[in-house]
Amino acid sequence: MTETVQPARPPIVSVRGLKVKRGRVQVFDGLDLTVGSGRLTGLLGPSGSGKSTLIRAIVGLQRIQAGQVEVAGLPAGHPDLRHRLAYSSQADGVYLDLTVAQNVAYFTRLAGRPASEVERVIEAVDLSGQAQRLAGRLSGGQLRRVSLAVALIGAPQLIVLDEPTVGLDPVLRVRLWDLFTRLTAQGVSLIVSSHVMDEASRCDDLLLLRQGRLVAATDPVRLLAQTGQPDAERAFLELIRRDQAAAR
Amino acid sequence: MRPRWLVTAGRILTQLSHDRRTVALLLVVPALLVGLFAWLYQSDQVFQRIGPMVMALFPFILMFLVTSVATLRERRSGTLERVLTAPGSKADLICGYALAFSLVAVLQTGVTVGFSVWVCRLELAGSVLQLLGVAVVDAVLGTALGLLVSAFARTEFQAVQFLPVFVFPQIILGGVFMPRQQMPRALELISDFMPLSYAIDGVSQVAAGQGGWVVGRPLLIMAAFAVGCLVAASATLPRRTP
Ligand SMILES: Nc1ncnc2c1ncn2[C@@H]1O[C@H](COP(=O)(O)OP(=O)(O)OP(=O)(O)O)[C@@H](O)[C@H]1O
Ligand SMILES: [Mg+2]
Repeated sequence: MTETVQPARPPIVSVRGLKVKRGRVQVFDGLDLTVGSGRLTGLLGPSGSGKSTLIRAIVGLQRIQAGQVEVAGLPAGHPDLRHRLAYSSQADGVYLDLTVAQNVAYFTRLAGRPASEVERVIEAVDLSGQAQRLAGRLSGGQLRRVSLAVALIGAPQLIVLDEPTVGLDPVLRVRLWDLFTRLTAQGVSLIVSSHVMDEASRCDDLLLLRQGRLVAATDPVRLLAQTGQPDAERAFLELIRRDQAAAR
Repeated sequence: MRPRWLVTAGRILTQLSHDRRTVALLLVVPALLVGLFAWLYQSDQVFQRIGPMVMALFPFILMFLVTSVATLRERRSGTLERVLTAPGSKADLICGYALAFSLVAVLQTGVTVGFSVWVCRLELAGSVLQLLGVAVVDAVLGTALGLLVSAFARTEFQAVQFLPVFVFPQIILGGVFMPRQQMPRALELISDFMPLSYAIDGVSQVAAGQGGWVVGRPLLIMAAFAVGCLVAASATLPRRTP
C-alpha cells in the first residue's frame, strides 16, 4: 500500500527509478519517491532497509546503477548544491584530533561563512561548555551533536541528517526536534532518518522503507488513522506486518 | 575569503599540532638515522657518499606513509564524505595536503641537514639552502604519491603494504646501493621511471657542489612527477562510492 503525498510546492527531492547495488546486495531496484519542500520529513525503516543508502544518493555520494535523483531541480551531486545542502552521516564525520570549535571552524571556512557562525551552531546543539575540548575525548552523544553542528553551518536549503539523535537522552532529543521544527518554520527542508518510532510524530511527512521498497508515504495523523493503532511504533509494526502479508 | 586549500592545510597542521609525539618522531627520527649511518661508516669515506642519499630517502618515505595513513583515516571516519559534500573542489583538498606536508618537510629537512653537517660532520660542498629546496620537492613527491596510491587502499593494512610495493623498489634501484649506471641495463631503464632516483641524484649533486642544469634537471623531473601524481590523485578520488 503506497500512497503519495501531494506537496504544495515542487518537491525538494525527487527520486525516480533508482537502482543501487552495494557489494552483492541489490539495495534499491526501482525506487520512486518525493520529499516535500519546506517540510520535516522522517525517513524510517528497519535496520538495513536502505535509509542511509537513499540519503547518500540524495547528497550525491552513492554510486547508482540507474534512475534519477534530483535535488532542488538539479541532479544530485551537482556542484551548486554544495552550498545549498548540508549532510551529516551516520558515522560522525568529525576530526577526533581537533577540538569541537576547530572542527566547526574548518567547515565554516570551507563554506566561506563568517567566524561568528562557529559560536552560533555550537550553541544550537548545546555544546558551548565543550567547545575547547578535543572531539576524541567526547561522549558518543556529544560527538553526534558536533556532527549536527557542522550540518547547521550557513543557510542550507536542505539539511539531511542520518540518525542525528542516536545516543541522546530524551531531554536533548526533544530539544533537537524543537530545533528541527524551528528550521522548517524558516523554510528549510529537512530529511531525518531515525530508528526511534516515537520521533515520527514530530515529522510533517513520513517515508517508511522496508527491504529497499517504499512501504508508505504518509503523515503522522494519517498513519494512525490508516492502521487504527494508538501510537507510531505499533502503527509501523502493523504496516510492516501488512507488507509482509502482501509479499507472501 | 581565504582560499580553501589554505584552509585545509591549516586544518591538517592543527591536527598534527595536537599529536606532539608524531611531530617529534617526524622531526627527530630522520636525523638520528643519518647519525646511525655516520657512526656505522665512521672510519671511511662511505658516509660522505651515502649520507646525502639517505637524506633524500626520509622526506619521501615518511611523507608517503603519513599521507597514506592520514587520507585513509579521513576516508574511514566519514570526514572525507563531509568535505566532498561541502563547497570546494577535490583539488583544494589535495593541494591542502601537499602544502601542509611540505611545510612539515621543510622543518624535517632543516633538522636533518643541521644534524648531519654540524654533528655528523658531513661535508657539504653545496649550499644548505639548495639542499633544503631539493628536499622539499622530494617531500611533495612523497605526499603526492601517497595521495595517489591511498585512493586504491580500502584498509589500513593495504595502505601500509603499499610501502613495500611502491617505495622499496625505488630505494633498491635508486642508486644508494649501486650507482645506477652500473646496474643491469633493464634495471637502469626501470629506475629511470622512478621518481626517487631523481631525488637521490639531485641531493647528491647538491652535496657535491654542483649547480645549474645538473641539479635543475632532476629537480624538474621530480616536480613533473609530483604534479602528475597530484593531478591523477584528484582525478581518481571518487566522490561517489559503491
Ligand atoms: N558499504 C557497503 N557495502 C556493501 N553493502 C552495504 C554497504 N553498506 C550497506 N550495505 C547493505 O545495503 C543495505 C542497506 O544498507 P543501509 O545502510 O542503507 O541501511 P539502513 O536502513 O541505513 O540501516 P541502519 O538503520 O542499520 O543504519 C543493507 O543490506 C546493507 O547490508
Ligand atoms: Mg543507516
